[in-house]
Amino acid sequence: MEKPRIKVPSSARKGEVIEVKTLIKHPMESGQRKDAAGNLIPRKIINRFVVAANGKEILNAELFPATSADPYLIFKVRVDADTRFEATWHEDGGASVSESAEVKVG
Amino acid sequence: MSETKEWASRRDVLQGTAFALVAAAAGLLAGPAAAGVDEARKALALLTGGAVPKEGRITLTLPQVADNGATVPLRVAVDSPMTPQDHVKAIVIVADGNPAPEVAVFRLAPEIGVAEVTSRVRLAKTQTVTAVAVMNDGSAYAAKAEVMVTVGGCST
Repeated sequence: MEKPRIKVPSSARKGEVIEVKTLIKHPMESGQRKDAAGNLIPRKIINRFVVAANGKEILNAELFPATSADPYLIFKVRVDADTRFEATWHEDGGASVSESAEVKVG
Repeated sequence: MSETKEWASRRDVLQGTAFALVAAAAGLLAGPAAAGVDEARKALALLTGGAVPKEGRITLTLPQVADNGATVPLRVAVDSPMTPQDHVKAIVIVADGNPAPEVAVFRLAPEIGVAEVTSRVRLAKTQTVTAVAVMNDGSAYAAKAEVMVTVGGCST
């Protein structure tokens, strides 16, 4: 799986709502497309995207073939203290990749 | 499904399994044809536990016209304090004109503090996208958006 990206502000005020932007390169093969010979290309997508903040799971997204290729997922979160976000992308078949980012909150 | 103890209630597991079964059935039957309003409604009903959604509190934003159905921006936000006593448990999104109706399920914990997610979705053709927010007390709120799609998004 490709190395994903996660972007957060480097610092924030206590109680501020910030945006966490995530991006991963992935074809999100829907299982609907056919190859040149007319055979269905099998489905292979990222089916789950999970984010923990300081070890506590805050977002657990179940994704379907309706998510576009190169999933670009943004979510808002309110931060009250220094926070380390860890995001994990799970692919059909069990492979996964994680990436993390930190926000200093004062 | 999340492995976290406080989320994986038996009800959640049953609904998740049922949701997957509906998705599988829709996939087997549909092919490139649209799943339709009925399949989308069934998929929603399974996950919301039959709660009849009310209007309000949830906003679903998509462009009125999408010139590329392969990547259509979607934003969903729910007016909720996200406290342990009053929070969004899940946001379910379905599309009634896609080969399979399920678009995404965003499960949230109150610690997130605010309920707003943005993504990019594939829309096969002009259709209605529906988002339902299921709250911790079992109530549900729905919003719809009609999107006109000029170039369908399922071939890429």
